[in-house]
Amino acid sequence: MGVEVVVEDLSKSFGRQTIWQDVTLTLPPGEISVLLGPSGTGKSVFLKSLVGLLKPERGKIVISGTDICRCSEHTLYEVRRRFGVLFQDGALFGSMDLYDNIAFPLREHTKKSEAEIRRIVLEKMEMVGLLGAEKKLPGEISGGMRKRAGLARALVLDPEIILFDEPDSGLDPVRTAYLNQLIVDLNAQIDATFLIVTHDIGTARTVPDNIGMLFRRQLVMFGPREVLLTSTEPVVEQFLNGRRQGPIGMSEEKDSAQVAAELAEMQAGGLQDPGGPKGGGGTGIVPQIEPSPGLPERKAVQRRKDRVMQILHTLPPAAQDAIIASLTEAERARYGVFAGAGVGRGQAGSPPRPQGPPPGRPPSPAPRGGQPPRPGPQPPQPPPVAQLPEGGEWGSRSGELPGQGQGGQSQRRPQDPGQWFRRGGRS
Amino acid sequence: MSTPTTRASFPGAGGLRETGKLFALGLDVAAQSFRRPFQVREFVQQCWFIASVTILPTALVSIPFGAVIALQLGSLTRQLGAQSFTGAASVLAVIQQASPIVTALMVAGAGGSAICADLGARTIREEIAAMEVLGVSPIQRLVVPRVLAAMLVAVLLNGMVSVVGVLGGYFFNVIMQGGTPGAYLASFAALAQLPDLWISEFKALIFGFIAAIVAAYRGLNPAGGPKGVGDAVNQSVVITFLLLFAVNFVLTALYLQLVPPKGM
Ligand SMILES: Nc1ncnc2c1ncn2[C@@H]1O[C@H](COP(=O)(O)OP(=O)(O)O)[C@@H](O)[C@H]1O
Ligand SMILES: [Mg+2]
Repeated sequence: MGVEVVVEDLSKSFGRQTIWQDVTLTLPPGEISVLLGPSGTGKSVFLKSLVGLLKPERGKIVISGTDICRCSEHTLYEVRRRFGVLFQDGALFGSMDLYDNIAFPLREHTKKSEAEIRRIVLEKMEMVGLLGAEKKLPGEISGGMRKRAGLARALVLDPEIILFDEPDSGLDPVRTAYLNQLIVDLNAQIDATFLIVTHDIGTARTVPDNIGMLFRRQLVMFGPREVLLTSTEPVVEQFLNGRRQGPIGMSEEKDSAQVAAELAEMQAGGLQDPGGPKGGGGTGIVPQIEPSPGLPERKAVQRRKDRVMQILHTLPPAAQDAIIASLTEAERARYGVFAGAGVGRGQAGSPPRPQGPPPGRPPSPAPRGGQPPRPGPQPPQPPPVAQLPEGGEWGSRSGELPGQGQGGQSQRRPQDPGQWFRRGGRS
Repeated sequence: MSTPTTRASFPGAGGLRETGKLFALGLDVAAQSFRRPFQVREFVQQCWFIASVTILPTALVSIPFGAVIALQLGSLTRQLGAQSFTGAASVLAVIQQASPIVTALMVAGAGGSAICADLGARTIREEIAAMEVLGVSPIQRLVVPRVLAAMLVAVLLNGMVSVVGVLGGYFFNVIMQGGTPGAYLASFAALAQLPDLWISEFKALIFGFIAAIVAAYRGLNPAGGPKGVGDAVNQSVVITFLLLFAVNFVLTALYLQLVPPKGM
C-alpha cells in the first residue's frame, strides 16, 4: 500500500514573492488526491517541494517519519526512491529513445540483468499502451505519448507515491479520458498514493478520492471529494463552473468590491458565460471512474469509506448528504446512517450495528468503521470511532512511525466542521 | 535549509549570492569529478563537440593575432633599436597572453554558449528535475563531463594557437619586415623558457574550467521560460569574458612575481 504524506504549515516563497503559505494537508495512503488551482498558483512548486527539489522556508513534509525539509541529502535521495513523478510533458531525456528512457532508473539503481530490465520495461510499456514505440525518440512522438512514456519511467521502480503534474494539459478530451482511466487502473493495480495536480475540472470531478484547492497563496480546502464538489465557496464554485464572475481574475485576483458586484449581478440576472468550462464543469457529484473490467477493485475505496465515515460529522452538511447518498443500503446499515439525515443533524439513539461484515465484501477486521459517528455537538473527547485501531490498514503505518502519528491524527480528530474552510489560511 | 533563512538585503547582496552559488557549483564539480562511474561516453562526445565548434575559428583568429603582435612589436623594437629581440618578444606575448585568451574566448563563445543552451533547455523541459528525482546527480552526469571536456579542449587548443601564432609571427617578422631568421630564433632561445609554456597551458586549463562552470551555472538556473535560456546564454558569455580578464591579470601578475625571468 502507498504511504501517507503529511504536510504541515508549509510555506514557500521566491525572494519577496510568496507562492503559498501555511499549507496543511494529509494525503491518505493509497488514495488518489487532486490539487486544483488556477494557473500560476504554485501547484508545480508544491509538487517539487514534495520531492525535495525545492526547499520550503517553513513547515514540514513527513513521509514515513522523515521530514524531507530537514533531512540530509543522503536521506532525501533514499526517500525519493519511493516517489514516481510524472512531470508536465513527461520530462523524457531527449537524447535517449523511449526504451532507454524507461530503462534508465533500472540501469542506475538496480543490478538487474539486461534481460530482466527488458521484461520490466516492456511490461510497463504495455501498461501504458506504448508497446511498439520502443525505438522512438521523445522528439518524434505526440504529447500524450510523451506523458505515458514519462509515466512508465516513473513506474519502473515500483513507487509508493506517484505525483502527476497536469497529466491532462495539452491533451484533447479523448486522450484525457484515456489517461484518467489509466491513472485509476494503475491505482487499482499498485495501490500507491497518488497526487494529481491539475486545473482540469473534468479530471477533478471524476478521478480523485480527495480534492484540494490552492488559491491566493493558500490552500482553500482539502478533503474528501464531496466536500469540494458540494462547496459553496465563491472561489471553488467559480472554478468548478469555469465562470468569469468570481474572485479569480485573468491575471491577478480581483478586488473584493468587484467580485461582490459581479456575484450580485449574476444572482439577479442569471447572467451566465456562454459555452462551458474546459473539462466539463458544473457542480454536483458525478460518479468516480471505475477501474477497467478485469482489474482488481481499488482497495483505497473501502479504506476511504471507513475513513470518511469516521470524520463524517466534521464535514459540511451538503457533503454529508452527498456521501450518505453514495452509500449502498447495506453500507448505510453498517455505518448506521440513513439517507437524507446527515449524522451531524439529529440522529440519536443507538443505531443498528451490523454483527458481521456486510455481504458482498471480504471480511474486514472488525467493523471498525461500523460505528456511527456521534451526532454533534462535538463531544469533549474524541468519539470511539476516531480512536484509530492500531494495526488496521489505515492506522498501522502512522502507529509504527513516530512523528507521523501526530500529523495523521490531527486530521481525523473531530474538529469543528468549519475546518475544511480554514486549512492553510491567515485572512 | 532547515531554519527559516533571513535573506540579507543590502546593495550588491544579490551579486554576492550568485557569486557564492557559482563557487559552490565549482566546488561541487571538483568533488564530483572523482565519483564513479565516470561518464566516459558523455566526456568523449563533449570533447568532440567542443573541439569541432572551436578549432576552425580559433585557427582563423590566431593567425592575424600573431601577425598583429609581430607587426606591433616589430615597429616598436625598431624604434628602440632592439630589432634582434622581436622574435622573443612576440613569441612570449603570443604564448603567455594571446594564446590562452584567444582559446578561452573561443571555448566560452562557441563551446560555453552551447553548453549553456543545452543545459538550459533541459532545465526548462524538467529533464534535470526528473534526473534528480530518479536519484541521479545531474552535476556528476552532465556538468562534470562538460567541464572536463572544456578544460581538455582548451589545453589542446592553446597548444595549437601557440604554434600557429608563433609561425604567423615568424612569417611576418622574417618575410614582411625583413628580419633575419637567425636573429628571430636566437632571441627566442635566449629569452623564452619552458615555464612560459607551462603558465600558458595552466591559464588555458583554468580558463576552460571557468568558461564551462559559468555556462553550466547559467544553464541550470535560467530565469524562467524559454526566453530565460536565451538570456542565460547571453549572460554566461559576458560573465565569462569579465571573469577571464580578471583572472588573467591575477595569474600574470603572480607568474611574473614568482618565476624569475631568464637572464641573458
Ligand atoms: N524556480 C523558480 N524561481 C522563481 N519563481 C518561480 C520558480 N518556479 C516557479 N516560480 C513562480 O512560482 C509561481 C507558481 O508557479 P507554478 O508552480 O509553475 O504554477 P502552476 O500552478 O501553474 O503550476 C509562478 O509565479 C512562477 O513564476
Ligand atoms: Mg505547473
